Amino acid sequence: MKITSYDVIVIGGGHGGCEAAAASSRMGARTLLLTGNKNMIGAMSCNPSIGGIGKGHLVREIDALDGIMGRAADRAAIHNKILNRSKGPAVQGLRVQADRGLYSNAIQELLIQCKNLTIIEDMVERFIVSGAGSLEGVCCASGKTYSSAAIILTTGTFLDGTIHIGHEVTPAGRIGEKPSIGLAHDLKELGMKLGRLKTGTPPRLRRQTINWSDLSKDKGDPQPEYFSLLSQDIPRQFVPCAITRTTSKTHKIVAENIQSSAMYSGHISGQGPRYCPAIEDKIMRFPDKENHQIFLEPEALPNHPGGDLIYPNGISNSLPRHVQEDIVHSIPGLEHAQIVQYGYAVEYDFLDPRQLYSSLMVKHVKGLFMAGQINGTTGYEEAGAQGLLCGINAALYSKGEELVTLDRGSSYLGVMIDDLTTHGVSEPYRMFTSRAEYRLSLRPDNADQRLTPLGMKWGCIGERRKKIFQTLVKSLDQAEKKAKSEEFLPSLLREKGVKLSNDGKKRNFLEVLAQNPSPEIIENIAPWFVQLSPRVQRQLKIQSRYKGYLSKQEREIAQLRKENALLFPDDIDYDSIGGLSTEMKERLKKERPRNFQEARKIQGLTPSALIAIMVYLGKHKKHVA
Amino acid sequence: MDNVLISQEDTIFALASGLERAAIAIFRVSGPKSASLLKSLCGTLPKPRYASLRTIWNNYETKDDALDEALILWFPGPRSYTGQDSFEIHLHASAAIVESVSEACVAHGGRPAEPGEFTRRAFLNGRLDLIEAEGVADLIASQTQAQRRQALQQTHGALSKLYEGWRSELKEILAFSEALIDFSDEELPQEVEKNLRRRILHLIKEMQTHVGDGDYGRRIRRGVVVAIVGPPNVGKSTFLNWVSERDAAITSPIAGTTRDALEITTTISGVKTTFVDTAGLRETADIIELEGVKRAMFHVKHCDFVIQIFTPNAIPKEIFDNAILLGNKADLGPIPSIIEGQNVISVSLKNHIGLRELKDKLAKKIEKLVSSHSAMPYMNRARHRAAVVESIEHLGHSIEDLPEEIRCEELRLSMNALGRLTGRVNSEELLDSIFGEFCIGK
Repeated sequence: MKITSYDVIVIGGGHGGCEAAAASSRMGARTLLLTGNKNMIGAMSCNPSIGGIGKGHLVREIDALDGIMGRAADRAAIHNKILNRSKGPAVQGLRVQADRGLYSNAIQELLIQCKNLTIIEDMVERFIVSGAGSLEGVCCASGKTYSSAAIILTTGTFLDGTIHIGHEVTPAGRIGEKPSIGLAHDLKELGMKLGRLKTGTPPRLRRQTINWSDLSKDKGDPQPEYFSLLSQDIPRQFVPCAITRTTSKTHKIVAENIQSSAMYSGHISGQGPRYCPAIEDKIMRFPDKENHQIFLEPEALPNHPGGDLIYPNGISNSLPRHVQEDIVHSIPGLEHAQIVQYGYAVEYDFLDPRQLYSSLMVKHVKGLFMAGQINGTTGYEEAGAQGLLCGINAALYSKGEELVTLDRGSSYLGVMIDDLTTHGVSEPYRMFTSRAEYRLSLRPDNADQRLTPLGMKWGCIGERRKKIFQTLVKSLDQAEKKAKSEEFLPSLLREKGVKLSNDGKKRNFLEVLAQNPSPEIIENIAPWFVQLSPRVQRQLKIQSRYKGYLSKQEREIAQLRKENALLFPDDIDYDSIGGLSTEMKERLKKERPRNFQEARKIQGLTPSALIAIMVYLGKHKKHVA
Repeated sequence: MDNVLISQEDTIFALASGLERAAIAIFRVSGPKSASLLKSLCGTLPKPRYASLRTIWNNYETKDDALDEALILWFPGPRSYTGQDSFEIHLHASAAIVESVSEACVAHGGRPAEPGEFTRRAFLNGRLDLIEAEGVADLIASQTQAQRRQALQQTHGALSKLYEGWRSELKEILAFSEALIDFSDEELPQEVEKNLRRRILHLIKEMQTHVGDGDYGRRIRRGVVVAIVGPPNVGKSTFLNWVSERDAAITSPIAGTTRDALEITTTISGVKTTFVDTAGLRETADIIELEGVKRAMFHVKHCDFVIQIFTPNAIPKEIFDNAILLGNKADLGPIPSIIEGQNVISVSLKNHIGLRELKDKLAKKIEKLVSSHSAMPYMNRARHRAAVVESIEHLGHSIEDLPEEIRCEELRLSMNALGRLTGRVNSEELLDSIFGEFCIGK
């Protein structure tokens, strides 16, 4: 039997797998991407959109690490909107509705451009594990075997996936695609703790059968923006989406048929996301709400493949087909709509992510990395961001180098990884801006500055981005320097209309910007500033206006990093630490924190226990020295 | 964290009770060498947690010098106050005995405890949480019943409960505000935002009321200070004597500086009350007296209230702010019943006339000073006050006209400030300042 060897093998061609494969190959590792269906690489299995609040931050971060999601979304965008525009720069999120075909094409093109990357269509059936318990490769359905010491698993909903439509149960990862059953078994054999989660998708409707005329439209932003620093002048065509609502008739149909819903009949044990409930849940749990909004989102441009499909965002369900028909027809504009593909719920296995290091490597299977839904998350962006880190680390692992991670002070990706590996999940994990305690510092606008330098250090940034990034940094620095050097007397500023006290204290232009002066005033006192690129102007404005908050967070992040650097030795003996109660000892032994920061987050661990450990470590250090 | 890494290896000792006015002095020892130290003092270890009467020796082995007959209590760790092996000796309260027992302890390997070191160990060993630890500090410092009540209240978590209540309200407010950001594309009920503003304002008000209570709490802790003013020879000393004679057992005259004040500390209505006799308030060219007048004015400025004493032949033209007017020597001439709208108490300290009314008036005034109008526990630590004030400040910003993400940030900062009070935040500064305030020996 011929065995082909790679530095890194990625299993799965979804959003996590694609970023993982691309990152690994950018890192210079010989990478193999194994997928059950080549044509489905980069498929948007659920809603045809990328980004949003929190998720948009992740896309910006993926892009800052030279990932592919942002670039692909920019090429495939057919409806752009910045959400939360009025609420401040840190919580704004670009949301893009993408043409499905254009998106997967863009992803596939970007993957083809990757050096060192081989894509093979084959279904992985089992792992090859050495006698010593370390991974050696994978065996596929074709009978072929591929060997590698670093394997990234991104199986999405395919791990023992089961699709439910009413009382019908079909083993599948996506509709019409076989699940991965052997791997689920292997993971259990490797001693991993698996859980079950659930998600769902709405029926898809035929565009021509919808009565659009009476529905209100959302055209998106008049000046659509890009996710990626690299995107510019992409020819794009935008289409509006429409908004409709459920009716009392809809609610009645759901209530009457609730027993036939897979979710309510006891067929599904997995926990679904509370923030993205099926229509059954919305109606049963919030009976007082008279109607629910539905966005009718085109899946592609009208003349493109899939262009006749509409995604009705808001009526995900697992009801029998005939009930789905009745529901759809009870909604204004959809009275005669034809269902092309029925909605369904999918249940799948996930691994308790507390079994992962913050590098996303499995703690007790060296060389095995995981990203996406298998870690209990939901969403393309969450999967992509984790995939990217997995790709970097698998490549580093194959080279025998130290693995890396991101912390909560650096990025949303860092927040997500920390949340997952510390607390685990009880429902599919989605990114929210409120999860980030340093939210004001982790803005979409500064993602490049936050992460690209790190990426350069790790080796995952391509030449083109490096150049563009360095140019950006240079112009930002120059602008900042100039702004600092230009000083104004308060009397002059007041005369020009800036609101401040006439204290005789000179202020530089950055300090003037902090007062949030109108564009007219800015143009009047610093005409050079309005000549700068909009991005540079915007960043300087935010930085000066938020200075107080940002420097406070900077200090806190420094403290966080100090605590992260306080390492607990592997052989720490909690029984010998004076002043730890039995309960605390048990928690510590179970969680085995690797540093002070991790210990601090163990639930129920008292401050005195922490101090006791520090006392012990302090003594321990003294003995060593 | 380095400065909280205080070693617990030393065996420490301290006097756990005050020496003054007490029949016994409680001596406390904690640390790994407690058992051997106790054996060196009195031979064998007694049954744990049972009082036993022993002779305390300078050195039991050599039987040189019996220091005292005392009750001893042996507390093997971890079931002790500090969590370590500890013991207590209840000595006869004599400075000489205490001193010689201290010397014996040093000779057998102990060292005097740093301020707060016992409680710090208790905290480090998980025997106390932060708020409890502070409550214990107050309990130790308390010399009077009102102080003890307040300290107990805190130890039993009344304050923790209050803070937790605010915290959970704030948590909800924050959660709703976050929802308005993270789920802005959803249809949230419009009243959410309006209700938030109302709830924030309500919380601010509640917290402000509590902060306003702070003065009461502080008065209980340090007691009430009363300045006695009046020209010479109006009876200030007589007044002080009368005050101190009321309950001779609990007064302790502390010598003032050369010329100015004599202080008498006593207990009125369960509250530690210090009367400060100021030097005669009259215009003078005498340099030393000038200094005295300066100091008198200092006391007047910093006291809780003033007792202004005068006589029929020296009716004051001006009266002090916040003063009880006391017309002495009422037997010698007429005393007006009201001066500038203020009631005057007429007495003759020498002939014991009107003293009952004076006593009642003093008691009422002091009770009013230390009783709060609200049912909340007293705010009694500068740290608590600072945290609540900071929390209020951020709450205030959170309803200003700012971008939503900043208003939310202010709510988070407000929450963090409050969070510091429950001891969940690991800040070395915090710990140091708390433990620095502790009286040694519990």
